Amino acid sequence: MNGHAEEKSGKEAVIEVLGLEMSYGSFVLMRDLTFTIGRGDIFIIMGGSGCGKSTLLKHLVGLKRPAKGQIVYDGVSYWDAEPEEQERLKRRFGTLFQSGALWSSMTLAENVAMPLEQYTSLPPGQIRELVSYKLALVGLGGFEEFYPSEISGGMKKRAGLARAMALDPDLLFFDEPSAGLDPISARLLDDLIIELSESLGTTVVVVTHELASIFAIGTNSVFLDPDVKTMTANGDPKRLLKEAPNPKVVNFLTRGEGARQR
Amino acid sequence: MIPSELKIESAPDGALLLTMAGDWKLGNAIPSPEGIIAGGAGKMVRLAFETGKLQGWDSGLLIFLANLFATCRRDGIDVDQSGLPTGVRKLMALASPENQRSGVTHGGSRPPFLERVAEAAFDQIKGFKEMLSFVGEATLAFMKMLRGKADFRRLDLMITIQETGAQALPIVCLISLLVGMILAFVAAIQLKMFGAQIYVADVVGIGVVRVMGAIMTGIIMSGRTGAAFAAQIGTMQVNEEIDALETLGFSPVEFLVLPRMLALMMMMPLLCVFADLMGVLGGMIVGVGMLDLGIIEYVRESRHALSLTQFLIGLFHSFVFGILVAVSGCLRGIQCERSASAVGYAATSAVVTGIVSIVVATAIITLSCQVLGI
Repeated sequence: MNGHAEEKSGKEAVIEVLGLEMSYGSFVLMRDLTFTIGRGDIFIIMGGSGCGKSTLLKHLVGLKRPAKGQIVYDGVSYWDAEPEEQERLKRRFGTLFQSGALWSSMTLAENVAMPLEQYTSLPPGQIRELVSYKLALVGLGGFEEFYPSEISGGMKKRAGLARAMALDPDLLFFDEPSAGLDPISARLLDDLIIELSESLGTTVVVVTHELASIFAIGTNSVFLDPDVKTMTANGDPKRLLKEAPNPKVVNFLTRGEGARQR
Repeated sequence: MIPSELKIESAPDGALLLTMAGDWKLGNAIPSPEGIIAGGAGKMVRLAFETGKLQGWDSGLLIFLANLFATCRRDGIDVDQSGLPTGVRKLMALASPENQRSGVTHGGSRPPFLERVAEAAFDQIKGFKEMLSFVGEATLAFMKMLRGKADFRRLDLMITIQETGAQALPIVCLISLLVGMILAFVAAIQLKMFGAQIYVADVVGIGVVRVMGAIMTGIIMSGRTGAAFAAQIGTMQVNEEIDALETLGFSPVEFLVLPRMLALMMMMPLLCVFADLMGVLGGMIVGVGMLDLGIIEYVRESRHALSLTQFLIGLFHSFVFGILVAVSGCLRGIQCERSASAVGYAATSAVVTGIVSIVVATAIITLSCQVLGI
């Protein structure tokens, strides 16, 4: 590959992306994406606006079929698997969408409870307790009976996170989690992500361009460059800052200061 | 506003000095860059500015400069920006071509006619395939429901039943009453000529009960409920709510389409019964009020004209229409793209698809009944 700073972590691979090509119709967005996400990693997908970060996330959660290449979870290639296997894999995912994507016809409690009711056989009382706990975890204790239209954008996002965590997934995907949050909430969210990863061993994949978050939480990352339509760096963001061969990556990680230094 | 002034001086070494004064703002007369370049004598190699007397400027000056710079770049003329105000220089640097993303194209030139025809044809085929696969998925979901294995919230079903049943009743009744009256009016004018006013009851009874009641209910529900389904599901598509369902392993067809389809399948025949009743009542109002028929006489003639078969054919129509309205509404909602105008388009196209399919289905059912002799 064209000069990637390749990260060889000793961790066991949870997700392997092999030669992925993403496209909309005949328009190729990114090609030759090959990287590995290790167990317990906090993996950052970074790159400028509109370079295909969210699209890559949609591929990783099985919403979009790759034009070419494979996405392998614990040795199982998602798009070659039987539908039952795909369903089983999906239950291991928790996804937080950019806007929260709460189901607007249900209260916050019903939103969080839905995956629990569907996939567990817990008694209703226990589900209620779990729902309250998950909502409290994201600072929304007491908002159980509110509808999504009655709360702010940042709160929707946090409620979306509570729903994503409902089934204690071992793979959590975040699409720009801190966009639209105030600095303190963003910091709390970062802490929560680190906590989830450290105490539960959850593997977290985050799409973001908040530098503070990237350095605070990221243990591995990939950088997408729309000009060459592929990834140009892969590794721990803190290490990339020091030794990435590609000036664009350094530029990104230093808010454009890198070019002046070099 | 002070008018803009421009003085062009050319030096013998090929440099051109532009001295600007006054207000260079939008709305003031601003010269064209070609004129300036052409105005210089001999071969030009350099362009410089003098803006000491420039009073005020806005985007008017900036677009003038952008055009001028583009012309210079094309003709290989150096531009010395040092004479421009600092703010202007910074803004020009931000919008300079070097700062834009390279290789951006949007569609490019218009493709040739044949290519456009082929593309439109492929779009149609794709749309048809999508429709088929959606109908297939909906059928599978329905089968799954019959086996008691489908995932949807009972509460959603109840709410949809309320919305498509009780809440639709007043408008269905009103329209059917009026349709019954209109039919009676039109029939009365013809039948009166033969002194056969009493047969208004037959015309209205058979017309409404056998087909018109169901069709009017179908069209009302398509405009009222089909559009609502498309808009609801389309908005969910825009808000990524459908993606959220899919990533959690819920089937959007089972979860969103099934309760809506079930509700309409159950409610449409019920609404149709009310529509039949109101249509006959409308005919009776005209018959009794205008044609001097007696109430008993009218009811007896209606009973004589109608049979259970005709009533059941009407109900069968409405059952089919229920499925068609629900499927076209949900299909357009699921196909919706991610913008506000796409939701509007989905709602409109749900109504069109719904009404067209209702009329086509009526034709097929009527023809089949004819062939079967019922």
